[in-house]
Amino acid sequence: MNRWLSWTRLVAVMRKEFIQMRRDRMSFALMVFVPVMQLVLFGYALNNDPRHLPTAIISGDATSVTRSLVAALQNSGYFKLTTPPASHAEASRLLELGRVQFVIDIPAGFTRQLMRGETPVLRVDVDAADPVAAGNAITTLLQLSQQVLKQERLAVPAASATVKPPFELRLHRRYNEEGVTAYNIVPGLMGVILTLTMVMMTALGVTRELERGTLENLLATPVLPHEVLMGKMAPYIIVGYIQVGVVLLGAEVLFQVPMAGSLGLLSFGVLAFIVANLTVGITFSSLARNMTQAMQMSFFFMLPSILLSGFMFPYRGMPEWAQWLGEVLPLTHFLRLVRGIVLKGSGAADVWPHVWPLLVFTGVVLALGVKRYRRTLD
Amino acid sequence: MSGAIIEVEGLSKSFDGKFAVRNLSMSVRQGEIFGFLGPNGSGKTTSIRLLCGLLTPDAGQGRCLGFDIRRHAREIKRRVGYMTQGFSYYEDLSVRENLEFIASIYEVQNPHLVVQRALEQLGLTPRQKQLAGALSGGWKQRLALAACLLHEPKLLLLDEPTAGVDPQARREFWNEIHRLAAQGVTVLVSTHYMDEAERCHRLAYMTDGRLLAQGAPSELMAASGLVTWSVGGGHDRALEQRLRELPAVEDVVSFGTTLYVSGTDAAALETQLTAVNADRGLVYRRVSPRLEDVFVHLMRTAAEGHA
Repeated sequence: MNRWLSWTRLVAVMRKEFIQMRRDRMSFALMVFVPVMQLVLFGYALNNDPRHLPTAIISGDATSVTRSLVAALQNSGYFKLTTPPASHAEASRLLELGRVQFVIDIPAGFTRQLMRGETPVLRVDVDAADPVAAGNAITTLLQLSQQVLKQERLAVPAASATVKPPFELRLHRRYNEEGVTAYNIVPGLMGVILTLTMVMMTALGVTRELERGTLENLLATPVLPHEVLMGKMAPYIIVGYIQVGVVLLGAEVLFQVPMAGSLGLLSFGVLAFIVANLTVGITFSSLARNMTQAMQMSFFFMLPSILLSGFMFPYRGMPEWAQWLGEVLPLTHFLRLVRGIVLKGSGAADVWPHVWPLLVFTGVVLALGVKRYRRTLD
Repeated sequence: MSGAIIEVEGLSKSFDGKFAVRNLSMSVRQGEIFGFLGPNGSGKTTSIRLLCGLLTPDAGQGRCLGFDIRRHAREIKRRVGYMTQGFSYYEDLSVRENLEFIASIYEVQNPHLVVQRALEQLGLTPRQKQLAGALSGGWKQRLALAACLLHEPKLLLLDEPTAGVDPQARREFWNEIHRLAAQGVTVLVSTHYMDEAERCHRLAYMTDGRLLAQGAPSELMAASGLVTWSVGGGHDRALEQRLRELPAVEDVVSFGTTLYVSGTDAAALETQLTAVNADRGLVYRRVSPRLEDVFVHLMRTAAEGHA
C-alpha cells in the first residue's frame, strides 16, 4: 500500500462524510433550495456607471477629424484606448476574450465621405454581456460624435448638419443583443451560490470534528491529513453539480437565458471552481479554533467575493486597486468563464485563461490547508 | 519478548507555561494491566496522549512498542488502540458504520468480517443499525472498546474508560480487559475507582503532573509504611474528632459504623489509640491499609514536600 496515500482510507473518509451529509437533512435541503431562492431574489438587477472601459480602435482614416474624435472619446473618461489591434479578426477576438468592451471601427475614407456630404458608417461593436456596464458609455459615444463633428465641420453650413446626421453610427451589441440584465446576473449567480455553500459547508468540516471531540480519535489513527481533507471535499463536489443544475434549469425556465456554449466545457470549468472554493473552506476549517470562527472566516471571504468579483458591480467600474484584489478571488475568474461560455459560446482555448488562475489558487490554498491541519493536539 | 512495552524518561509537557506533566519516567511491561491513578487534572490524560503521539513532549524521550515517541508517532498510532476519555466516535453514524469507518482507516484486512466479529464479541449485533448518538453510556463505551480493538493492537491506552458507567457494565468491561491481557495485550488504563485500581497488576499514581509512585498494589502499600486500624463499636462524631486530633493519626475515614485510622508511626499510633480506648469499650483491629489511604497519604506527603 502506498505510503503517502491510502485509497482505502480515502474512500473510508469519503463514505463517512457522505453518510453524515445524508443524515444532516436540514443542511442538505438548504444546499438544494438556496440556489432557487437566490435565483428568484437576485434575478432582478443591480446598477452602476463604470468608466475607463477598454476600447480598441481600428482606424483606416488618419485625419484631424478622426483624431479629435478619438481624443474626445478619451477625454470623456468612459473609454480607455488599448493598443490598436492589427486586424478586424484580432479586434473581434479581443472582444470575445473580454479584454475590451468596445471595438470602434473607423473605415477608410471616413473624413472624405463626410466632407462630400455622404453618410459614412462608424461601426461600434460592444460586448453587451453585462448591459449595465456598457449602457452609459454607449449614450456618451453617441453624443460625443455629434459634438466633435459640429466643432470640426464649422465650415459646413449649419443647416445641412441639422437636416440629416452627418454619419451613421452603427451599434452592434454582441453576446446579449437585447441587453437583458438577467442574462448577465443569472450565470453569475451560479458562481455566487457555489462560493456561499462550498466555502461555508466545508469550513465547518474539520472544526465540527474538533468541537465534537471526534478529531482526537481521528488524530490517534494512521489517517493522513490530506486524506481527511480530500475525503471531506469529495461529497461537496456532487452537491456543487446539483446546484449548478438547479441554476441552469432556473436560468432556462425563469429567465430564458440562452446557452451559447458547450455544457461539457462548463462542467469542467465548474469543477475547477468548486475545488478552488472547497480548498478555501477546508483551509479555514484547519485554521479556525471553533465553528463560530470558521463561519466568520467564511463571511470574510464571501463579502469581497460578491462585491469585488464583478457580480454585484461591473468589474471595470471598480478602482484599479480593487480590480487587483478581485483578480485574486476565484469568483472573478469563474464569472468571466461562465459568462463566456453561456453568453458568448467561448471554446476551450478562450476559457483556459480563466481556468489556470483557479488551479493556481487551489494549489496555493490547499498547500496552506494541509500545512496547517492539526497533526497533534498540541 | 517480555520486555518493556512503554519506556519513557523525563517526559515534560506544558501548556501556556503551565506544567501538565513534569519529568515523567515510567515503564510498562508486556501483558500487564497498568493502572494510572490520580485526581482530576493531575496529568493522566496528557501522559497518555504523549505516549501515543497525540502530543509532542517539550522534554524527555521514550519508546512505545519499540518506536521512538517523538519520531515514529505514525508507527505507534498504527499499533495502538486508544480510547479517549469522552466518546469520540460519530454520533450521526450507526454502530456498524462507525466500526466500518475505523476498520478501513486502519486498513484492516477483510473489514466486513472483522466488524461482524467485533459486533458479536461485544454483544453489539442487535444494535448495529442504531445511531451511536442514541446509545446509553455503557453501550457507547462498548462501541468505543470494540472500535479500538478492530486492528488487533498490541497495546491499549484507555483513558478513564468507565467514567459514568454502571457497576454491572464496569465489571463486564474489566473482565474483558483481563481476557485481553491474558491474550498478551498490554493495557494502560486510567481510572478514579479504587476497586478498578485493585484489579491492575501495577499502578502509577500522579498528582499535579508528577508521578508519585509506581508498583504493584501490595508494593505500594508496603512502601507507604502506612498502618491502619479499624475502630468498631460506639462510633460517633466526637470520637472521630478526638481520634483525628491524635498526633500519630494521619487520617480518619468512616465506613458505616467503623472508623479506619491510619498513620505511619505504628508504635505511637498504637499507644495513642489504646489511651483513647481506656475510657470506652471500643474494638480495635489492625487491618491492611486500603489503596485509597495509600494514595491520600502519598498526596499529603507530596503536598508537604512542596509547601
